[in-house]
Amino acid sequence: MDQTITKPRSFQEIILRLQSYWAGQGCAVMQPYDMEVGAGTFHPATTLRSLGSKPWAAAYVQPSRRPTDGRYGENPNRLQHYYQYQVLIKPSPPDLQDLYLGSLRAIGIDMALHDIRFVEDDWESPTLGAWGLGWEVWCDGMEVSQFTYFQQVGGHDCHPVSGELTYGLERLAMYVLGVDHVMDMPYNDPDASIALTYGDVFRQTEQEYSRWNFDVADTEVLLRHFEEAEAECARILDQADDDPKTGKRIVMAHPAYDQCIKASHIFNLLDARGVISVTERQSYIGRVRALAKRCADAFVQTEAGGFAA
Amino acid sequence: MPDLLIELFSEEIPARMQAKAADDLKSRMTNGLVEAGLTYAGAVAYATPRRLALRVDGLTDRSPDIKEERKGPRVDAPEKAIEGFLRGAGVRRDDLIERDEKKGRVFYAVIEKPGRSAEEIVAEVLEDTIRNFPWPKSMRWGAGSLRWVRPLHRILCVLTREDGSDVVRLDVDGIKSGRTTEGHRFMAPGAFDVTGFDEYEAKLKRAHVVLDAGERAEAIWQDATNQAFASGLEVVEDRGLLAEVAGLVEWPVVLMGAIGSEFLDLPPEVLQTSMKEHQKFFSVRNPKSGRIERFVTVANRETADHGATILAGNQKVLSARLADAKFFWENDLRVAKEQGLTAWTDSLSNVTFHNKLGSQRDRIGRIAALARELAPVVGADAELAEQAATVAKADLASEMVYEFPELQGLMGRYYSDAAGLPSEVGVACQEHYSPLGPSDDVPSAPVSVAVALADKIDTLTGFWAIEEKPTGSKDPFALRRAALGVIRLVLENGLQVSLDRFIDVQLVRHKGHLIDGVSDDDVTDLISEIAEHGVFGAAYRTLKARRNGEKTDGLDAMQNEVPDKSVDLLSFFHDRLKVYLRDQGIRHDVIDACIEMDGNDDLALLVKRAKALQAVLETEDGENLVQGFKRANNILSQAEEKDGVEYSFGADPKFAEDPAETALFDALAKAEAKIAPAMKAQDFETAMAAMADLRGPVDAFFEAVQVNADKDLLRRNRLNLLSTIRKTCLQVADLTRIEG
Repeated sequence: MDQTITKPRSFQEIILRLQSYWAGQGCAVMQPYDMEVGAGTFHPATTLRSLGSKPWAAAYVQPSRRPTDGRYGENPNRLQHYYQYQVLIKPSPPDLQDLYLGSLRAIGIDMALHDIRFVEDDWESPTLGAWGLGWEVWCDGMEVSQFTYFQQVGGHDCHPVSGELTYGLERLAMYVLGVDHVMDMPYNDPDASIALTYGDVFRQTEQEYSRWNFDVADTEVLLRHFEEAEAECARILDQADDDPKTGKRIVMAHPAYDQCIKASHIFNLLDARGVISVTERQSYIGRVRALAKRCADAFVQTEAGGFAA
Repeated sequence: MPDLLIELFSEEIPARMQAKAADDLKSRMTNGLVEAGLTYAGAVAYATPRRLALRVDGLTDRSPDIKEERKGPRVDAPEKAIEGFLRGAGVRRDDLIERDEKKGRVFYAVIEKPGRSAEEIVAEVLEDTIRNFPWPKSMRWGAGSLRWVRPLHRILCVLTREDGSDVVRLDVDGIKSGRTTEGHRFMAPGAFDVTGFDEYEAKLKRAHVVLDAGERAEAIWQDATNQAFASGLEVVEDRGLLAEVAGLVEWPVVLMGAIGSEFLDLPPEVLQTSMKEHQKFFSVRNPKSGRIERFVTVANRETADHGATILAGNQKVLSARLADAKFFWENDLRVAKEQGLTAWTDSLSNVTFHNKLGSQRDRIGRIAALARELAPVVGADAELAEQAATVAKADLASEMVYEFPELQGLMGRYYSDAAGLPSEVGVACQEHYSPLGPSDDVPSAPVSVAVALADKIDTLTGFWAIEEKPTGSKDPFALRRAALGVIRLVLENGLQVSLDRFIDVQLVRHKGHLIDGVSDDDVTDLISEIAEHGVFGAAYRTLKARRNGEKTDGLDAMQNEVPDKSVDLLSFFHDRLKVYLRDQGIRHDVIDACIEMDGNDDLALLVKRAKALQAVLETEDGENLVQGFKRANNILSQAEEKDGVEYSFGADPKFAEDPAETALFDALAKAEAKIAPAMKAQDFETAMAAMADLRGPVDAFFEAVQVNADKDLLRRNRLNLLSTIRKTCLQVADLTRIEG
């Protein structure tokens, strides 16, 4: 079977193959969440949908931002903006490892030549009040994915347990395509009439954001936005369940969670600006976690969260 | 006599947990089997990334039949009591027997418990073991509720007898036992059946799984050292890493690769740390140059290209990692050379150390001031000590330490050297965190010692100032370790330091910020007066007198806080010292006796006393002297209490009546003549030896003389003589504290 799979030739082809592979495994292929997040886990299709008892299977690309990882587009591997591919299946199927390995085959990794390893890596997101056990998956010593069985999210025990797969797309693609510098990676078909590299698409933005993240972002404005998002999140969740206008019960878990996402990202920006000390860090993380917990509490009071009126 | 084979087949078990899990499987199973009445000849447990296995040889076939008698009520007991007994014992009325006893005729139930089969017992014990396995962390998966370290897929459990092998049937949350297992995930996919251990081990090996972790580790080490040796190189030994790597593979294949030449100039510690932490690579060193030139990685499979693809991939990952490290290193070097380390120190004003104790920069300022004051005491140059303390934590702001926190200090040394600072400063950057634990090396270079002491004293006084002392098992700021560090720095360098002075100075620095209304002048004046007088109290009184008539609210507030905290912190040091000395075989009562003496903030002096006292107590004379002293002291104390006076007037030999009394006078005078100069020279051994010489005369005195004589003059003179004994004997230590 390995022999029949051709090597992909571009970044986007790898994404397309993952999309079709996981669609073929029955996942709902979703689109990126339209907010700045640090990782695909923050997408409500993962964070919120891993809660409650309703079965769920979703896969999607999520643009992710890690301001501290900015290197002005010069580092071959580090980016402040990159893509994650995320799969979440609840309950986790017994053959999830095999399904995962199938996805590596689908993108052209020949299992007969490579060394795939599952290396302990317990996942914890202090800002989401979430943790799980699993591995980072190594291909020839390189981490190509995170593989996690969610145990708790937003302070809630996960019942049933979701299996989460996260692929760092650039790193994985560079490996599969044999590229040494991310900016040299073909973004679309290298034989296309307008062939674009990753650098053509992103070098400039990496520079612009690196400068802004590290040196220019107005920390006072950011601090204010953090507090505003925090207040708005609380205000949304303080509303009565019943909407006075429609007379329906509408718990606004998602709008509240948007504010939690916002606060979390602003915290990352403040961190990149180096204005958050070790002890303050803990308190900011605690504040975001408090929001995440309240959002989780709210979500399980919704229909999608398994609430039966 | 069947043999038992168990395998618990799961998704990948963390390497660090495998060895203990194998042990736990063995002990839980064998204990359970034995408790249920089985015996066995031997048991061995194994672990690979995907399985825990256990073989138990020579298991008995059944547990023995047990006949148990249970005593019941008397035959004439109320019917209800008898019925209750029948229910409890689970027998029928007809099964009871009667026996005559002292108190009358009594029912006995004879309960026969037939032995149970090994199958039944194994199934029961194994299920219990699985459900209650002591994983450090366990998880649920899917929709189930069973917990295991990672999803558990198969339970293999067979009993093998000469005439065949049987599966022991059990079902744990839907996982049914069987005789099936799997080999290597990639090299030999698919399941196979086994009938017993030998076949199991052999088939696994054919399926590319080495069952025994020790065998895997040994193979890795052999192959790695051989490959390195063939290239004239050596593998840097790392047993922890070896054990971990052996737990990551079922079929180890050792591959050696080169490190890109552009990275060979990175400090070896950076190469080693980066390779080990991120990649689990062994470092391969050139024994001639001492440089790390290659790496060894251990793959989990053989390939048609003999690992070429795998090695190339690993090399690429390493290059990316090292490119990062090189980026940090070069950036850091540039900052160090162009701006000096103080630029980093200053940037630490943005980093909070603790919300009540200010920024890291504030902390560094306090440490530098204290290091300067400590310098003369430890034989360091004050300028250098201050300079070293000012830059010792600068590397916390460097990129390399941000990435690899475990390189703190060491990077400081590289950057200090790069910035052209004196070598003592660089050494202090590296050494000032030491000693970190009880077996860590203690710095001896004076500048390092000054900074190390200042760092630790500042931390201790700071957390004391804000009432964040360790309680019970909680010591989040590692203050016990800091205090032990001070103790070891002082003692192992043979330093005579009066800690009080430095504790007080640093408490003043902390409290000056913490208490409202204390002015900078108050702090400065107090510090310079403490330097003058040695302790806070005298400094406070001097300043108070000098500022006669002025408002001294700030000073008074300090007076309310500093001395109490200082005393408390010193006693914390004494507690840690007791632990430290106890490990060296010094009795706690000996230490207590010495802590009672003046100058107990000089730990070296304190230990000198303790050692002298301990030595003398180990002699017969010393032991008896303590008894004699205690006798004298008891009689004297009782008399003093009764009479309401203190007999310290000095006894007069001319009133001596008994020869033993006269002899004691002589002996005391002779002893004092030896003790006085010895005490002056802090030669406690000689002083204690002179005291021990008093044992004979003291014993003889008590033998011959009644202290509480009828004649009042005689009694008073004798009590005053006892007082001389007391005075003489209490010079080195408070002997009343000695037990026994």
